[in-house]
Amino acid sequence: MKAVAKGSSRVEPVVFHTLNTLFMLFVVAVTLYPFLHTLAVSLNDGSDTLAGGIYLWPRAWTMENYKAVFVSGTIYHAAFISVSRTIISTLVGVFLTTMLAYALAQPQYVFRKKIGLLFILTMYFNAGLIPNYFLIKNMGLLHNFMVYILPSLVSAFNLIIMRTYIRGLPYSLTESAKIDGAGDFRIFWKIIFPLCTPVLATVALFIAVGSWNAWFDTFLYASSDIKLSTLQYEMMKLLGSTMSTNNDPSMLAGGQNNQTQAMVTPASIRSAITIVTAVPILFVYPFLQKYFVVGLNLGSVKE
Amino acid sequence: MSDAVLDKQVKKQKTRKRKVDPEIGVSLSWKTLKVQKQLIFMSVPIAIYLIIFNYVPIWGWVMAFQNYHPALPFGQQEWVGFDQFKFLFSDDTFLLVLRNTIAMSFINLVLGTVTAIGLALLLNEIRVKFFKRIVQSISYLPHFLSWVIAAGIVATSLSIDDGIINVILMKLHLIKDPIMWLSEGKYFWGIVGASNVWKEVGWGTIIYLAAITSIDPSLYEAASIDGATRMQKMRYVTLPGIKATFVILLIMNIGHILDAGFELQYLLGNGLTIDYSQTIDIFVIKYGISMGNYSLATAAGIFKTIVSVILVFMANYTAKRLGEERLI
Repeated sequence: MKAVAKGSSRVEPVVFHTLNTLFMLFVVAVTLYPFLHTLAVSLNDGSDTLAGGIYLWPRAWTMENYKAVFVSGTIYHAAFISVSRTIISTLVGVFLTTMLAYALAQPQYVFRKKIGLLFILTMYFNAGLIPNYFLIKNMGLLHNFMVYILPSLVSAFNLIIMRTYIRGLPYSLTESAKIDGAGDFRIFWKIIFPLCTPVLATVALFIAVGSWNAWFDTFLYASSDIKLSTLQYEMMKLLGSTMSTNNDPSMLAGGQNNQTQAMVTPASIRSAITIVTAVPILFVYPFLQKYFVVGLNLGSVKE
Repeated sequence: MSDAVLDKQVKKQKTRKRKVDPEIGVSLSWKTLKVQKQLIFMSVPIAIYLIIFNYVPIWGWVMAFQNYHPALPFGQQEWVGFDQFKFLFSDDTFLLVLRNTIAMSFINLVLGTVTAIGLALLLNEIRVKFFKRIVQSISYLPHFLSWVIAAGIVATSLSIDDGIINVILMKLHLIKDPIMWLSEGKYFWGIVGASNVWKEVGWGTIIYLAAITSIDPSLYEAASIDGATRMQKMRYVTLPGIKATFVILLIMNIGHILDAGFELQYLLGNGLTIDYSQTIDIFVIKYGISMGNYSLATAAGIFKTIVSVILVFMANYTAKRLGEERLI
C-alpha cells in the first residue's frame, strides 16, 4: 500500500477505509438488529410492547412470555421431536454420506461414475411434489416419524463435498493398507473416517441445520398429528395466526393459559418461540464456522 | 413392484460384462465385482435408496396425462393426453404464477449475486483481520435460521405499528403515515428480494471471498507498479480473478430459475398480495394437496423440472462454447 497511485491523493485511502468500515458496521447492525429486537420483545411485558417504542432493550422486564410458551406441553413435545429428528438424521446421514463418498472416491471402482451421475442429476431433476407425496403415502410414511429421516438421508451436495475431500487425502494411505491386507470396510472405518473430521463437521452442520429448520415435511406429511409436530411447524402455525389476526390477544400459543392472558400477546409469544428455536443454531455455528468455510469451497470445486 | 424393477436394473448392470472404463481400464466383470464387493456393499444400497426416493416417483408423472381419480385402479383411469398441459398454459392463474416465479427468481439471482460480490470486494479491503472475521461471521448468521423465523422477522420489521422500517422512514420524514408493506402486491417482489439479500448475502460472500483471496498477490503488485488505482485493480485483476467462480455459480443457479423459493412467499403472502406472491410451488400445493387436482399439479411440476434441466444444459453448453468453466 506504500505506492500511492498517480492521480489519487493520499487522502483517498483514508476516506475509503473510513467509509468501508462504516458500511461494515451498517451491515452488522442490519443483520443483528432484528435478533436483538426480538430478544427485547420476548423479555418485555406483552401489553407494554403494544404501546410501542421497544427497540433494543426491554422496558418492562418479564419472563411471562417464556413461561407461556413452556406452559403448553405441545412445545416440549415439539422440541423433543425436533431434537430427535436432528440427531438421528445427522448421525445416520453423516455416516452414510462418508461411506458412499469413500467408495466413489476410489479411482478403480466400477460403478463410480454411474452412481455419481445418479446423485448429481438429483440436484436438478425432481419428480415434483405430488409424485413424491404419493410415494411417501404408498410407503406408509404419512404420520410416521420416519418421514423426517428417510427421504433426505444423503444429498448430492454433501456427497460432492465429502468425495472431494477424500480424494484430496493421500492415496498411498489406502494403498499401503491394501497391501497389508486390509479390506475397504477396515480402511474406511479405521483410516479414512478419522481423517475426515473437518469435513464431517461441515456435513454434520449442513444436515443438522436442514433437519432442525424443516417445517414443510411436517406440514405436508404429518400436519394432522400433533405428536409429530416440530418447533418450526409450531412457529409456522403461530406466524400464520398472528399475521392474519394482527395482535388479537385471543390467539395464544396453546390457548389455555388464561392466567397470563393480560400480559402475553401473540407477538410476544412469537418472539419467545423465535428465540427458543434460534438459540441452538446460534450456539452451534460459531464453533463450526472454520470448517464450513472449507466445506463450502470444496463444494464449488468443478467435478 | 419398484424393488423388482430395481433388481432388474442392478442385474442388467451386472450382466453387461466386459465394458471397459476408458479412464482406469477396470473392466466390469465377475472378477472385478468380486474384488470390489466391499465397495459395492458400501455404495449400491445407498444408490438403491436414492433411486427409490428420487427416481421411482417419476412413475407418478403418468398422472399428468390422466384425469387422475384416486379411488380408481390404474387400468380404469381416464387418459387425456396433453389436455392438462393445454389447460395449464391457457389458465390465467398459471401464467400469472409463472410470471411471479420468474420475476422473483430473477430478482433474487441478480440482487443476490451483485450484493455477494460487492460485499466480498469490500470485505477484502478490510485490513484488520479480527474486524473482518467478526463482520463475516455475523453476516452469514441469518443463513442458518429457518425461513419461518426469517419470515417472522420480516413481518415484524415491516409491521405498521412499530415496525423498524416504517419507524425509520417516518423519522427521516420520507413518509407521513406507516406503509402497509405486506398488504400491497406492488411491494411484494421487492420485499422478497431484500429478505433474500438479508438472509443469504453473507453466505454467498464466502465463496467469492475465497476466490479473491486465492488470486496471485503478484498481480496486484504488478498493477500497482503500473500505477493502477484501486478501482482499476478491481476492474482488471479482481473481477477477472473471480470470473470462473461466478460462471459456475451462475450455471448452477440458472437451473433453479423456476425455484423462486416458496417458503417466504407462502409464509408472507396473503389474499391481498396473491397476484404477486403465488409461485409455481404454491400453485402445486394449492391445486394438488388442498384441492386434490393431482393431475394438474403434477403437470405443473413436470413443466418445472423439464425447464430446469433444459436450462442447465443450455447454460452448461454456452459456458463450454465460451471456453469457461462448466459444471457437468
